[in-house]
Amino acid sequence: MSTEVALPILIPLLSGVVSLLFWRQRLVQRFVAVAGTGSLLVSGLWLLSSVSEHGILVMQMGNWQAPFGISLVADLLGAIMVVMTGIIGFAVALYSLATTGRGHEAFGYFPLMHLLLAGVAGAFLTGDIFNLYVWFEVMLVASFALLILGGEKAQMEGAIKYVTLNLLSSVIFLSAVGLLYGLVGTLNMADIAQRLGQVEGNGMVDVLAVMFMVAFGIKAAAFPLFFWLPASYHTPPVAVSALFAGLLTKVGVYALFRVFTLIFNQNPDYTHEILLWGAGVTMLSGVLGATAQFEFRRILSFHIVSQIGYMILGLALFTPLAIIGGVFYIVHHIIVKTNLFLVSGFVNRLCGSYELKRLGGLYRSHPWLAVLFLIPALSLAGVPPLSGFFAKFIVIRAGIETEAYGVTFIALLVGLLTLYSMIKIWAEVFWKAPPETRKDEPEVAPIGQRELWQMYLPIVGLALCTLFIGLYGQPIYALAEASAEQLLDPTRYIEAVMGRSTGVTP
Amino acid sequence: MEPLMAVVIGILYAAAIYMMLRRSIVKLVIGLMLLSNAANLLIFTSAGLTRGAPPLVPEGLAEPLGKVADPLPQALVLTAIVIAFGVLSFAVVLIRRAYEIVKADDLDKMKDTDT
Repeated sequence: MSTEVALPILIPLLSGVVSLLFWRQRLVQRFVAVAGTGSLLVSGLWLLSSVSEHGILVMQMGNWQAPFGISLVADLLGAIMVVMTGIIGFAVALYSLATTGRGHEAFGYFPLMHLLLAGVAGAFLTGDIFNLYVWFEVMLVASFALLILGGEKAQMEGAIKYVTLNLLSSVIFLSAVGLLYGLVGTLNMADIAQRLGQVEGNGMVDVLAVMFMVAFGIKAAAFPLFFWLPASYHTPPVAVSALFAGLLTKVGVYALFRVFTLIFNQNPDYTHEILLWGAGVTMLSGVLGATAQFEFRRILSFHIVSQIGYMILGLALFTPLAIIGGVFYIVHHIIVKTNLFLVSGFVNRLCGSYELKRLGGLYRSHPWLAVLFLIPALSLAGVPPLSGFFAKFIVIRAGIETEAYGVTFIALLVGLLTLYSMIKIWAEVFWKAPPETRKDEPEVAPIGQRELWQMYLPIVGLALCTLFIGLYGQPIYALAEASAEQLLDPTRYIEAVMGRSTGVTP
Repeated sequence: MEPLMAVVIGILYAAAIYMMLRRSIVKLVIGLMLLSNAANLLIFTSAGLTRGAPPLVPEGLAEPLGKVADPLPQALVLTAIVIAFGVLSFAVVLIRRAYEIVKADDLDKMKDTDT
């Protein structure tokens, strides 16, 4: 029995319960937030080290054997994602100590954050497709409540779109699960993979594949159903934005990776071709949307969409190198994107605005913040030697090797346009002279020393991660390579879950 | 029984999508309710309908006699109903708050975050 598989789910659930119990004690909640996310990170690292040592770890819940009970499965991709959840959770918890106001904390910011992390970790670790749906819902309900904390007009408008499209995607997912169960009579993903090979006729399987693609595509904010993301991500408190930007869409991407390597790998000419062009158009539409924006967080939101395209491109090309690129890209993107949102929150705290037109001159007053913005921004655009360069390099090289020149060209072009957007932010926020202050602008409260450190610490930490991946990427590459190997050989996953003897018949 | 259920499910999906495409946020939520019910019925039907054969093992036997209904889809539907209930009650509260703040029940008037 390997307990480390269940710990990343239990720890945030427990922290959530504890902080609910201390509903009125603000200090205890803050302490539990840091301690809980910190131990989530530690348990994630433990899980990753033991997965890379022993191979795929499986825990049968309640000791019900594989196809009958719910299995928790940690393969390398799942473990890597859990570590990323820990890193982002910890960074955002530290950051929210300084930026989340008393009003938000009084309405349960911290318990909801823990619940969200539990949902995300559960989605990464479950080996049961209906259980995946349940974890998605846990995550979604927590995210709904976090999104409208504060109850401003823009938040309400954004939340209606967010809630509607995410519920639509959940229902499509649920319908697909129902039809899949009708087809193969099992919910365990390993068992589904095994039995789907024996199903005759590809028609129904292809329909199901496309249904899953649409459902997870909405969650991952892929073209054409990404509009909920830029309509809502810039509205909540900035720590929430950063948490969402780092983790939520990546759960959708993870689910796509899981489902389209393990279950629907019979007909890649059809399914992965759709994914390929979906990825191309996602990249292009996201980046073009960003060029038209002049609001800090909105530009970043559109860039989430375009970056999702690269990850799906890695999956769609479906060669070992491309999957490595996809996994590497996810790791790089989660860190960089969260960091950019954290910087945008810092800028807002200093100047009281997210509008690029109202900002300026920060290079003169806060040169270090400017440098800390430039590291993730250039990394996002793919400037060497930062992490984004290697991520893009691997994906694009895989594209050239499989002779998918059209999509590869889009990927290169989008890199250039990303650089344009990032330089736009740099020039407007940091470089140009500060605009003349008008009378109607709100006064910004001075920042205390402690608050300053609580904001600087996660930003510096994530920037160091980016630099580390860029300058010493070999261990991450090796990890991504090993996980790609596992993903492309589903028999290992199936054997780990079902046991060697596969003669069980219900 | 199955063809009838298929038609019912189809009508439910169609009605749900139609309601969701309308401008009023109240109708949007009605659409979401219909949608989740359609999905529940779909799970129930696609797993196969068996009449009058509860999945019970008679006393003293190791397995049930003859063909019985599959209990798993019912468990799934039950879970899905609970989740949908929670989420929908959130949605109802959300549209009420949105109506109070935006002072409109029209999606076309909620465009501030789009441009």
